[in-house]
Amino acid sequence: MARRLTLKDPQQEQRLFTRRVIIAIIGVCILSFLLSLRLAYLQLDQTKLYTTLSNENQLNLVPIAPNRGLIYDRNGVLLAENLPVFSLEVIPDKVVDLNKMIAALQAVVKISPEEIQAFHKQLKQRRRFEEIPLRLRLTPAEVARFYVNQYRFPGVVVNARLLRYYPLGSAMVNVLGYVGRINERELLHVNRTNYSATNYIGKVGIEKYYEKQLHGTVGYEQVETDASGRIVRVLQRTPPIPGDNLHLTIDSGLQIVAEEALAGHRGAVVAIQPKTGQILSLVSNPSYDPNPFVTGISHKAFQTLQSSPDQPLYNRAIRGQYPLGSTIKPFLALEGLATNTVTPKTRIFDKGYFQLNDHTRRYRDWKKGGHGWINIDNAIIQSCDTYFYELSLKLGINRIGKIMREFGFGSATGIDMGEELPGLVPSPEWKLKTLGAHWYAGDTINSVIGQGYMLATPLQLASATATLAMHGERFRPYILSKASLPGGISIDQAPIPEPPVRIPQRDWNNVIKAMQGVIFNPRGTGIRFGKPKYSVAAKTGTAQVFSLRMGEEYNIEDIPKNLRDNSAFIVFAPVEHPQIAVAVMVQNSMIAPNVARKVIDYYLHQLQKHKQLQARKKHSKVNS
Amino acid sequence: MSHSNMFSIWHNKRRIITPKTIWQRLHFDIPLLLGIIILTGVGLIILYSAANQNMGMVTRQVTRLGIAYVVMLLVAQIPPRQLAFWTPALFGMGVILLIAVLLVGHTGKGAQRWLNLGVIRFQPSELMKLSIPMMAAWIFKDKLLPPKNSLLAVAACLIILPVLLTAKQPDLGTALMLACSGFLVLLLAGLSWRWIIAACVAALAGAPIVWHFMRAYQQQRVLTFLNPERDPLGSGYHIIQSKIAIGSGGFYGKGWLNGTQSHLHFLPEHATDFIFAVCGEEFGLLGGIALLAIYLYITGRGLYISTQAQDTYTRLLAGSISLTFFISVFVNIGMVTGILPVVGLPLPLISYGGTSMVTIFASFGILMSIHTHRKLIGG
Repeated sequence: MARRLTLKDPQQEQRLFTRRVIIAIIGVCILSFLLSLRLAYLQLDQTKLYTTLSNENQLNLVPIAPNRGLIYDRNGVLLAENLPVFSLEVIPDKVVDLNKMIAALQAVVKISPEEIQAFHKQLKQRRRFEEIPLRLRLTPAEVARFYVNQYRFPGVVVNARLLRYYPLGSAMVNVLGYVGRINERELLHVNRTNYSATNYIGKVGIEKYYEKQLHGTVGYEQVETDASGRIVRVLQRTPPIPGDNLHLTIDSGLQIVAEEALAGHRGAVVAIQPKTGQILSLVSNPSYDPNPFVTGISHKAFQTLQSSPDQPLYNRAIRGQYPLGSTIKPFLALEGLATNTVTPKTRIFDKGYFQLNDHTRRYRDWKKGGHGWINIDNAIIQSCDTYFYELSLKLGINRIGKIMREFGFGSATGIDMGEELPGLVPSPEWKLKTLGAHWYAGDTINSVIGQGYMLATPLQLASATATLAMHGERFRPYILSKASLPGGISIDQAPIPEPPVRIPQRDWNNVIKAMQGVIFNPRGTGIRFGKPKYSVAAKTGTAQVFSLRMGEEYNIEDIPKNLRDNSAFIVFAPVEHPQIAVAVMVQNSMIAPNVARKVIDYYLHQLQKHKQLQARKKHSKVNS
Repeated sequence: MSHSNMFSIWHNKRRIITPKTIWQRLHFDIPLLLGIIILTGVGLIILYSAANQNMGMVTRQVTRLGIAYVVMLLVAQIPPRQLAFWTPALFGMGVILLIAVLLVGHTGKGAQRWLNLGVIRFQPSELMKLSIPMMAAWIFKDKLLPPKNSLLAVAACLIILPVLLTAKQPDLGTALMLACSGFLVLLLAGLSWRWIIAACVAALAGAPIVWHFMRAYQQQRVLTFLNPERDPLGSGYHIIQSKIAIGSGGFYGKGWLNGTQSHLHFLPEHATDFIFAVCGEEFGLLGGIALLAIYLYITGRGLYISTQAQDTYTRLLAGSISLTFFISVFVNIGMVTGILPVVGLPLPLISYGGTSMVTIFASFGILMSIHTHRKLIGG
């Protein structure tokens, strides 16, 4: 026996192994059967119980939307707030027949066809077990009426929600933008969990740009609910973290003044604090009330806004690209002086027009008969076109393009708002590429009086004016000055320096002195601005909407309103310590200087009042 | 030598040798590979839903799978003879690393399972998952079967040492699986039934000792398993919620991405250990059984490979690998459906996570190697 065992018998070992494997297979089968049995027990026998438990899960997790951050202006004025409203919401999974339910509900609370349509749209986007708003802004009477009848409508609940409200309406919309109902495409770009209780998202402006900061973090409530979805008791609560409160650099008072000054005209005003780049005011007129957009504007109202010839939905301050007109002249003068192309003493004779040679077209000066002998100082003060025609040819388009780009034209400023357009600084390469034509000397001439291809947004023009006021020091324009985080921490936004424009101090002084002359010299073109008590430097500008043929006279009465000239105006004050730089563009009207005057008067007056108040406070402190 | 002579004679005279296919030359076992591909594919679909449609998680899982597939195909290239040769060294190294983990982890908090090797973090118990069955099979390599008692004792000691080291970490779930993979080798080697019955009795008697070894949270889990209602918001929450998820799925399930339990965050760990509950909720009994069938297919293929193996070492190793794979599936699904305690083991090839996945794929690589390195002499 022992001997037989010492011999290795592969056949016998194979048989032994196979036997054991068969036993193992039987074991595997038994265990699998056990699992299947268990699954069948849970999913067939007990499925009713567990479905009930799942539907009315006694341990329910309910997401709680965080409160959206509030938005204030630089003086603490509330610009965007959350007002509580009652809304009727439906959990589709708990309603047997949605259409029947809505029909029955009509007797208790009125629901418009648009609201039903919006509800059905949401129905497709949201999950069936989430609450979907059916009717917003219930009156207290409607809330009471619904509660009396609630037993008839399982799956329908009244929720108090906070709704975004913009108290200043149209005055702030071009800065703030607005929030609106979140759509499926937007849901793809956010964390779905974090937005599980959120119905609104920033659509444009600051509301969109700072969506992440404003939204906050969702909270959860572990609740016990009954079969109709009503919360019986709260077991555990993870509170939501509200969004950050944002403080803007905008002065809402200034914003209102600018909007009123523009009333009846199409145009834009941008005011910047030169030493920081803070946007004090950014207005586009005509404007619109953002509040209807929050709840969902009706199709008809939206059509009216969209098809209006005044284009109220169009944010001219950052998206309007206009010819600069003569406001381009100080920038070119700086380049001319800095490169010694001209000196302050260089004089030319202006006979009223400019010709490349005797046979070509005449480029006219705005002043018939011309300015006679004129130097650069007077060329700015009187806005002499002929002087700058000649300067432009001496500089050439490449040097013109270079200085304009250094001032920030031709590319987006990077303002914390998004949506802005870059304007255009043309070059021969650009013309060849986009228009397929060569660059002519005439193109250069046209561009220096701001008529050619060169385009700028009012924001760019204001920013460049601020740079001029700061003798070349540049800052990126920005709107958010401070974010207050929950828990009392706040983050201040420091000015963001940009590469400066390097030009000798002497030349800055010369050009700024000439710009002061625009207002204070008796022959200055800034007559409409008037003569204020503070020191101010400015430049006027006019841009033709259509070109006059040779020999034609510009007669304002003969021209239809939408073809009249646009006016542009840049200004900063006080000259020694610039507090505000303003760019104004008005379409088909010459009132740009008048608008700028009102804006600067208001701002400097407020600043003065503020200073006196502080001085008095200090004084009374010392006395006591 | 005589073998190769015989080989050439047979080859010349009768041409009975079966020609090798391209797959065999590459050492791929196509039936096994197909099963794995289907399973991991289904796994990704379930994971996408379990991860709340987070593409990032799915992408990371795909990356891990990619690595794991490469590891499997590389391991398949190693001839079983080489595996056998390196087995004692591998096992010895594994034990040393386990001890190192315990020593380093002595000052650490909670479970210390990881060893930081500078560049990569490494879990020695994962290495053990392979080296225990390899070592146990190696012991019986050239011995007579059924084995003598003395040999069994040696094998049992070698298995128990790393199991205890792992249990001490404490990682009870893995320790249990390690013990299981070693014990399966003994069972397949022909351990007599008397011993098996004795072991069962000993296990029952040893339960109080094991209880003593357990950490507080592990004792909690066993107690909760025995009575989930004991702590519905604490440890029992897992089991209750996963039972609700599976039970509410019914026969056909609620449909992909429509599971309320997992999507509303009722179900904890729904992408990792409890992912089967997501499958049960969304695909119902039908889906659950289908998934089980894929697992059975892979196990069956592994067992078939073991019966076709040509020596004791590969036979025992293949058998143990296949059965251990099935048992880890059984333990996970058993835990999620509430018939076993919550031991924190992932569902093989489907749960989100990488460490154990690579080990399982390496073991499949061994199966492929065993099957494709056979000398194909037919008759």
